[in-house]
Amino acid sequence: MSINYQDRIPNNVDLGSNRTLQRALEHWQPEFLKWWQDLGPSDFQLSDVYLRTATSVDAKGWATYGYVNMPEYRWGIFLADRDPERRIGFGDNFGQEVWQQIPGEFRSTFRRLIVTQGDTEPASVEQQRLLGHTAPSLYDLRNLFQVNVEEGRHLWAMVYLLHAHFGRDGREEAEELLERHSGDADKPRILGTFNEPISDWLSFFMFTYFTDRDGKFQLKSLAESSFDPLARTCQFMLTEEAHHMFVGDTGISRVIRRTLEVMKEIGSDDAIALRNAGAIDLQTMQKYLNFWFSSSLDLFGADTSSNAASYFANGLKGRPDEAQYEDHVAKDQTYALELPDGAGGTKTEQIPMRNAMNEVTRNSYVRDCEIGAKRWNRQIEKAGFSARLSLPSTRFRRNIGSWANIPTDPTGKQISREEFESKKSQWLPGEADTAFIRSLMQGVFQPGKMAAWIAPPDRGINNNPVEYEYVKLH
Amino acid sequence: MTSETTTPDLITFDRTGDSYKHWKLTIEGQIATLSMDVSEDCGLKPGYKLKLNSYDLGVDIELHDVLQRIRFEHPEVACVVLTSGKDRMFCAGANIYMLGSSSHAWKVNFCKFTNETRDGMEDSSRHDGLKFLAALNGITAGGGYELALACDDIVLIDDRSSAISLPEVPLLGVLPGTGGLTRVVDKRKVRRDLADMFCTNPDGVRGDRAKSWGLVDEVALPAKFQAVVRERAEKLVASSSRKADAKGIKLNPLNRTINDNGYHYNYVDVTFDRAARTVTLTVTAPESAQPETIEQIHAAGDKWWPLALARELDDAILLLRTNELELGLLLLKTKGNIDDVLKSDEIMLKHKSDWLVRETIGFLRRTFARLDVSSRSFYAIIDPGTCFAGILYELALAADRSYMLMSEEEGESTEIALSGVNFGLLPMVNGRSRLETRFIGAPEKISELEKLKGQKFNAEKAEELGLITLAPDSLDWEDEIRIAIEERASLSPDALTGMEASLRFPGAETLETKVFGRLSAWQNWVFIRPNSTGEHGALKLFGKGSKARFNWERV
Repeated sequence: MSINYQDRIPNNVDLGSNRTLQRALEHWQPEFLKWWQDLGPSDFQLSDVYLRTATSVDAKGWATYGYVNMPEYRWGIFLADRDPERRIGFGDNFGQEVWQQIPGEFRSTFRRLIVTQGDTEPASVEQQRLLGHTAPSLYDLRNLFQVNVEEGRHLWAMVYLLHAHFGRDGREEAEELLERHSGDADKPRILGTFNEPISDWLSFFMFTYFTDRDGKFQLKSLAESSFDPLARTCQFMLTEEAHHMFVGDTGISRVIRRTLEVMKEIGSDDAIALRNAGAIDLQTMQKYLNFWFSSSLDLFGADTSSNAASYFANGLKGRPDEAQYEDHVAKDQTYALELPDGAGGTKTEQIPMRNAMNEVTRNSYVRDCEIGAKRWNRQIEKAGFSARLSLPSTRFRRNIGSWANIPTDPTGKQISREEFESKKSQWLPGEADTAFIRSLMQGVFQPGKMAAWIAPPDRGINNNPVEYEYVKLH
Repeated sequence: MTSETTTPDLITFDRTGDSYKHWKLTIEGQIATLSMDVSEDCGLKPGYKLKLNSYDLGVDIELHDVLQRIRFEHPEVACVVLTSGKDRMFCAGANIYMLGSSSHAWKVNFCKFTNETRDGMEDSSRHDGLKFLAALNGITAGGGYELALACDDIVLIDDRSSAISLPEVPLLGVLPGTGGLTRVVDKRKVRRDLADMFCTNPDGVRGDRAKSWGLVDEVALPAKFQAVVRERAEKLVASSSRKADAKGIKLNPLNRTINDNGYHYNYVDVTFDRAARTVTLTVTAPESAQPETIEQIHAAGDKWWPLALARELDDAILLLRTNELELGLLLLKTKGNIDDVLKSDEIMLKHKSDWLVRETIGFLRRTFARLDVSSRSFYAIIDPGTCFAGILYELALAADRSYMLMSEEEGESTEIALSGVNFGLLPMVNGRSRLETRFIGAPEKISELEKLKGQKFNAEKAEELGLITLAPDSLDWEDEIRIAIEERASLSPDALTGMEASLRFPGAETLETKVFGRLSAWQNWVFIRPNSTGEHGALKLFGKGSKARFNWERV
């Protein structure tokens, strides 16, 4: 009769002796598997994929490698180890004991935060479900699936919190997470960006670099939460999230490396010549970068936010790496916010620091994004070319916040709507660009082989060679 | 914290119908679509942004105006679909920062006006066949849901995210101020324990649960939403008495002069006496030559006396309430010939099935109702040259007291008269006529009085019939009036407001009397308490990133 929960659902939350949790998960898990079959990676469910599975949180267990059929992946529930000395690190309750149970007064706010975070996890799996067919190599195909199963596990992590701490409401919300679907006009995902399909691998790399990085910063701020189980859940999720960004970072870098090789071969940086030679020109890379960076910035929310202020005040959601700040209460501080002045210029407004927390987090995010841009430019410089990639201004193409719908060029200079429309195709991927990228998307499934538009990685997974058969197709 | 808003600038309610900042009206056949699309930067006052389709008084003044224009300029419209021009956001309710930074008086006035506009929607549906459908195409919170509650039918989009909510109690430490609590249980008959759950959950309720609890009438998936809205709007059209071939009239800007001593219109004159903190509001009777046929009435349009009276009186009350807080006592007077007023009433009653006449009666009904719920004292002053008859006698009935001169000299007649208008045409918010309300303890008097319609009564007779309060003779008159005014003006304005509101609406309650007498009163109490507006109050601190600190005593 007794099920070995530890085998089926690796966990460090004592699932085996928690009846409430078992009852909730027994109902939810079949729904999850059905969702995975219907909306997870299309057509590769029977393949053996060389995946990493977390079986415990220690150094030995968090990365266990082996071939797995994805539907049999062991999605587990892990929280970082509890620090019995942990204290609330910010806001009005600074220094008090952290909460092991959710205070009733913050229950609905926490539920909303967890549901919003949780909704993005399956959403990205849905967005990427067709990408497998056009993978540029088995190595990349495996990375895609690794990202997918881990997004699935992140969903599990959020569902665990809903089940363990939110009673019936939590169980209903957990079901809703499987009911909403990316791009479904009737039941869309909560955040707009997560309803756009990711139909090519350049977008996938950009997504994992820029959009998953938003996820990283959201997780970092939730990892500071006074609600200890949430903080510990997010701390562990961050270790996995790092791999997703690695996929994006190295993916973009490999595309650039290939482009630079072709530039040398044909002795030209002409976009058309490069495209004819099957490589992605740097101008197109820049356009994709402009698009994904700007849409990811919106995910941080408005630059002046009453929600962010109350999250911080109440200790629900902090700043990423809160420890680096001197003043953890941030009550009387102000933040100088640059706003459009309505006449084509900018003005600076002093707003209460707590209301500026989204902006503070967004700034940390931008700094983090710049690291990759620097590395890619070094690559280009080393190859002897003068072109450079750059992140556009945070004012560019925004849909949320003070700069929403204010036309600017990528440097952030305000321009007329007409000028924006006429120059848009120089700055953002247009139909011709996406058609070209799509023309490159042909699946390459022989071990060690790479599509012509991307260079091989420096090394394989888990000390295996690049030629390793990372996915056994059946 | 002192960020109290004062009113240095006069607030007026004039809108021209072609320059709304926050609403878009499109009409297709008998269905009008009224889309709320609030311009963030166009708040009536500085200091807040109208984000997420939140509203302030300016947004609601436009709503009031557009509804009047639908009633009169578009009589063919039988159903108004209220929706939003924003994506996935219907309306977030009244703007919190506006409320948080407003004076107590401003908040209370704002809520009263918004309540009257929503009551007016129900009034038009009940009496005049103008139906309302709330097409909630996104998140609907607080005042947004209250606006929906004033509609006949509510359709909520079911996209798994859009919820309806009344988050005032849990988020702001105040009450939903425009009838939300009352309408949830009284109008929609939501079970009280479910209502309790609903009103304390800041996230609200979505989809099927909203329907099963009775909070909305229908839910629809995004792909079907427009079709469902359309179908239900057509059903409402079919249930309406508004005719597809009716031709509207134009509501032209009022002919009004505002100067230091008052507001001056064609038939209404408002004169301030700031030293005495009183206002004299004088209504002039129609001219002897009046439009008599439906065609003539339509040709006169907004110049037709009953309609002009309604518009001018309505505007005057609103201007006084919003801009002249210290002028607490209104002396209601009339001027002109009683026979002209009675004749006007007769014409109006004769043609009351015509749409324009019917809408005008509706406008008068709502305007007198506005008078009833105004927190000002009213004395009707009935002396020679006045014409408190029929529709204008309603002013005396609305007043807290009426003084009528007992004249002894021949030829100096002071008379009043009743007409058919006084017998049920203009019910108060308690659902009864002012005469019925006046004689709540002697209902048999109504049929006796009805037999006396058209007769003129002098002060002696009027007093005997109970139609006036006091009838001083000419020797006492001036002193009596002076003392009555001075005495009233010396009393606590707060106590008077509470007292008058309690005495004006005897008898069984209606939804409206509950909203004005109970919900509003509680709300105004909550507004003044430190737990909402004190230094550490929830409303004061909302959005500032600090948690409210409550005084836990239950009072």
